[in-house]
Amino acid sequence: MKLTPILVGAFTLALAASASAQTITIATVNNGDMIRMQGLSDAFTAETGIELNWVVLEENTLRQNVTTDIATNGGQYDVMTIGTYEVPIWARQDWLVPLDALTSDADYDVDDLLPPIRDGLSVDGKLYAAPFYGESSFIMYRKDLMEKAGLTMPEAPTWEFIGQAARAMTDRANDINGICLRGKAGWGENMAFLTAMSNSFGARWFDENWQPQFNTPEWKNTLDTYLGLMADAGPAGASSNGFNENLTLFQQGKCGMWIDATVAASFVTNPADSTVADQVGFALAPDTGLGKRGNWLWAWSLAIPKSSQQQDAAASFIKWATDKAYLETVAAQDGWANVPPGTRISLYENPEYQAAAPFAEMTMGSIYAADPTHPTVQPVPYVGVQFVAIPEFAGIATNVGQLFSAALAGQMSADDALAQAQDATLRDMTRAGYIK
Amino acid sequence: MARTVPASTRIGFTALAWLIALLLFSPILWVLLTAFKTEAEAIAASPTFLPQQFTLENFAAVQDRSDYFKHAFNSIVVSVGSTLLGLAIGIPAAWAMAFAPTRRTKDVLMWMLSTKMMPAVGVLIPIYLIFRDLRLLDTLQGLTLIMTLINLPIIIWMLYTYFKEIPVDILEAARMDGAELWNEIVHVLVPMAVPGIASTLLLNVILAWNEAFWTITLTSGRAGTLTAFISSFSSPQGLFLAKLSAASLLAIAPILLMGWFSQKQLVRGLTFGAVK
Repeated sequence: MKLTPILVGAFTLALAASASAQTITIATVNNGDMIRMQGLSDAFTAETGIELNWVVLEENTLRQNVTTDIATNGGQYDVMTIGTYEVPIWARQDWLVPLDALTSDADYDVDDLLPPIRDGLSVDGKLYAAPFYGESSFIMYRKDLMEKAGLTMPEAPTWEFIGQAARAMTDRANDINGICLRGKAGWGENMAFLTAMSNSFGARWFDENWQPQFNTPEWKNTLDTYLGLMADAGPAGASSNGFNENLTLFQQGKCGMWIDATVAASFVTNPADSTVADQVGFALAPDTGLGKRGNWLWAWSLAIPKSSQQQDAAASFIKWATDKAYLETVAAQDGWANVPPGTRISLYENPEYQAAAPFAEMTMGSIYAADPTHPTVQPVPYVGVQFVAIPEFAGIATNVGQLFSAALAGQMSADDALAQAQDATLRDMTRAGYIK
Repeated sequence: MARTVPASTRIGFTALAWLIALLLFSPILWVLLTAFKTEAEAIAASPTFLPQQFTLENFAAVQDRSDYFKHAFNSIVVSVGSTLLGLAIGIPAAWAMAFAPTRRTKDVLMWMLSTKMMPAVGVLIPIYLIFRDLRLLDTLQGLTLIMTLINLPIIIWMLYTYFKEIPVDILEAARMDGAELWNEIVHVLVPMAVPGIASTLLLNVILAWNEAFWTITLTSGRAGTLTAFISSFSSPQGLFLAKLSAASLLAIAPILLMGWFSQKQLVRGLTFGAVK
């Protein structure tokens, strides 16, 4: 029997099969909700015949890869997972495809998206990315320790109360820290927290003329409060602590309070991982009575780069992954507590979700408490709550974050850190052409 | 006359050598132990040395989420392919520099070495654009090519050092016997430099295997190697240490085994010409 015709036939068939199957490449971050989406995506392929090629990366690596690709019009990816920081910048650069196919689709129900999240992903009224999950930040606290301290957590506390409670809950002999906050340097680490905190103290990064504002009393008040709180009630070595380190401390019962991403709520209330799962309460991020709270707003979202050669297929995937039916698919498989939170109004109106997620109401309240278009007490020329949506921000805020982290580690005073932050930011903004 | 070393000195140095070896091995040991712990145990504030609850679930989760064998295959193709291609270019180049030097040879060697001093990110955009235009993004050919180029200075330098140890008279004798250039290199030079070539080969396979920057940047799934595979299990949010350890263990296992079995060859090659 001659093998050649069989081999040639098989090769031709394989070629034909590979030519007919449409494949799109999706770049996404490595976190639980995205991994679940990857696991469920066989249903999308079965429904549409579109094959999916997944690239799952750690957040910073992903950001570097997709930025390189989109800036060079590389075309490696058809769907990119990006955050609320990138969307307005990239949309203005004309790098993203507006999601008109979704917004005009009645089935998709774009009006069901939470307005603060939708606003953060829109430029000039056009939606450029669909939110996959949204988050804000709030206070997670130990109800037992609060009771032991003789205090009751209000639903919307002030920074003054948080300071009082943190100091009262601190028990150094038993390794209990009254409060755990981010200290690790980085624009998405300590500066996400401190920028959001500064909003509640009336501070802002820049005035209307892009002049840095670190020399104002509002920023001094913010940093003094933060450093004082951490010195009296924070954990040792806090300048190295980011989300994961504080999560570990809280789950091990070492923190009285923790102010961080709402997404942490499901981790700290999960008895499989948390030793304090049944003692966790939630409250809105603190304020000082000026009308802004110290919480942020973030959404991991799916966008289509203009360099994609398969924009229709990419749009149909985004629709599948971010519409209401997807939430029901996740709920049917893993329960309502595990659906991606923070994107749709209908989810928070769903009694089954309310029953399964005790933190649902507080999460939505926190999201609504953040306004990316008016993030501060005084007017500003930028959008973004815990960031400033300009390309230069990541570099500038990482520098400032290193100074504030050094102040937390005791390597410099708050005044020195603020003065150096002011000088460095002024220099960078002048070089970038914002200040004439 | 052999020098006598007091027993106490011998024991002291042996203990010191063991201590240094253990310190060097400790990160791998930590990865090995963490891979068999639960995520909760892996991040415990009071760390445990041995897994209290031995589990294989991390390996199952890693294979469930990603295709280890595809990434391992890509790693083998890229590391072996780039090393062989590098040797094919490097052996003639090192021969020319060792046995037919010009007054610019030293400068050329220094220039080649200086390219290793530039941070990779400094040439990211030009290389990305070239790869885009040549349609080499996310291909094994492209990755093999870039890996060859970045390791070529090391290959040439190592071979040059080994070739300099070989007496030029032997090559001249071969020439006088009528050997042409090809025969001189393949049948005379290469057999004499086998330990050096072998250690160059092994070292470059290891370097190419571990390279992360280019393999992660220039691939998007199809041509991803094991470094991209590991990277997909790192996360700044949530519990991931045990799974990351399991992925790391799977990724380093082949190269660790290769290093273990070829250690005699590696040491022989690296110390080649040390005593002269």
